Amino acid sequence: MPAAWCSTKGDCTFMSKARHDRGAMMDLGHERPQVPVKARIQAPIVPRGSVAGRALVVVVAIMTFLASLTTGVVLLVYGAASEWQADVASEMTVQLRSVSDRNMERDVAAVVAALRALPGVAEARPLSGQESGKLLEPWLGTGIVLDELPVPRMVILRVAPGVPFDIEAARRSVAAVAPSATIDDHRAWIERMRSMTGATVLAGVAIWLLVVIATIISVSFATRGAMAANRPIVEVLHFVGAGDRYIANRFLQHFLLLGLQGGVIGGGAAMLAFGFSESLGSWFAGTPAGDQFAALLGTFSLQPAGYLALAVQALLIAAITAFASRRTLFATLDEID
Amino acid sequence: MVRFENVGLRYGLGAEVLRDLSLEIPAHSFQFLTGPSGAGKTSLLRLLFLSLRPTRGLINLFGQDVSLLDKDGIAALRKRIGIVLQDFRLLDHMTTYENVALPFRVMGREESSYRREVIDLLRWVGLGERMDALPPVLSGGEKQRAAIARAVIARPQLLLADEPTGNVDPTLGRRLLRLFIELNRSGTAVVIATHDIGLMDQYNARRLVLHEGRLHIYE
Repeated sequence: MPAAWCSTKGDCTFMSKARHDRGAMMDLGHERPQVPVKARIQAPIVPRGSVAGRALVVVVAIMTFLASLTTGVVLLVYGAASEWQADVASEMTVQLRSVSDRNMERDVAAVVAALRALPGVAEARPLSGQESGKLLEPWLGTGIVLDELPVPRMVILRVAPGVPFDIEAARRSVAAVAPSATIDDHRAWIERMRSMTGATVLAGVAIWLLVVIATIISVSFATRGAMAANRPIVEVLHFVGAGDRYIANRFLQHFLLLGLQGGVIGGGAAMLAFGFSESLGSWFAGTPAGDQFAALLGTFSLQPAGYLALAVQALLIAAITAFASRRTLFATLDEID
Repeated sequence: MVRFENVGLRYGLGAEVLRDLSLEIPAHSFQFLTGPSGAGKTSLLRLLFLSLRPTRGLINLFGQDVSLLDKDGIAALRKRIGIVLQDFRLLDHMTTYENVALPFRVMGREESSYRREVIDLLRWVGLGERMDALPPVLSGGEKQRAAIARAVIARPQLLLADEPTGNVDPTLGRRLLRLFIELNRSGTAVVIATHDIGLMDQYNARRLVLHEGRLHIYE
């Protein structure tokens, strides 16, 4: 209702009827160009610089990086262990101890034949004397003539994947042809590996939770700091009738953006780190160190689903940042009022 | 429009700074609130603005018992009240124009819908050439006028002003008083807290005098 402003008499002369927004310029400081009033750029109600942004972005980025590393390593260990477990589970060893009144070679042949007759067996292969010698080399050294020693003979048994294999029936068949033969299905190894993998995953989840809690605490402190720094703005907004939701949303925009920035930087850095380690693995392939590494952790490469998990995690941390900030904002607004 | 019944206010465990205040502020009325320093003028204004709650008594504002209002209800009532504080409370990162337009922005209005109104008011209070300046470069009087403009821009039903002419010269003081009178004529109830006897003598209006925490009303 501009007419009312014009209704005073006397010195109301500057109530010009002309359109004074036609060419008026606003000085927006050095950072912003002078623009006509028509195209006013409104300053944000909460100035971005007043929110301790850079420090928070760094904190969120570091937290996201650590969380991503944890998740990635857990995924790698879990994947490698599953692979290794599947390999071990599909392979069994039959051991034939040397017994004085039996012919070892005949027993080995009988065991192999008995095993091959069983359903689900992909391969049953006796280890040659040379292969057995190679296995004992670390303990007995080279040049040992095994014929002179009561060394047990081994038969490697591979189970066809996807076909049920009755281990008890196999034990009975083998015992019937060679009483000294025993089957080792590597159950102890598998159990140990299972518990090791479980412990690694649990440790990873615990670290991830700690990282998330640390992120929430950092964000809460940053939010409180930003609110304290902007308390005059909050009070003025209250004066002009702004509700808590309106005020909180002005701050929330900043924190969501900061969380996203931190998440993208931290998550991106973690993805690059995994990509780099994958390349590193391929560069060292064939070297003794590379082979040891590959034996332990496979190819050390994240599957596409792993990268997707890291990206989702970065978004999740941004959302956690916004959520923590929102809770703190409302709590602080209650205190200010 | 505003009704106080036996309102008392104390800060913490201290003595009551306002005692047994009973008053009515009718719609379209104009009153000066005066009294010596420390008499409780600012506290009474803060009660009227709902930024303080009384320790006893009843305050009814725009037909609503304020003790029953939640935060959203208080925010909604504050949109109907304009306030000018002694320390101006302008936002330093916003231009004078943006400060004055803030109530409209909070209401969610498009800038194009209020631009002309804000510019007109800024010119009227003598800040036409300073609308793009930031508050830190404004003089005390200019800040005062910007704060007044922000309080009246949304045509509040109740205007509260704490020493609104304290930082301006007598000529501008008279002009600002005329602004308040114009606003009152257009329907806004006005309460001006002031020490300035000269200002009060310029306009024949009801006087609310606070003395030792008690209110005396001179119609």
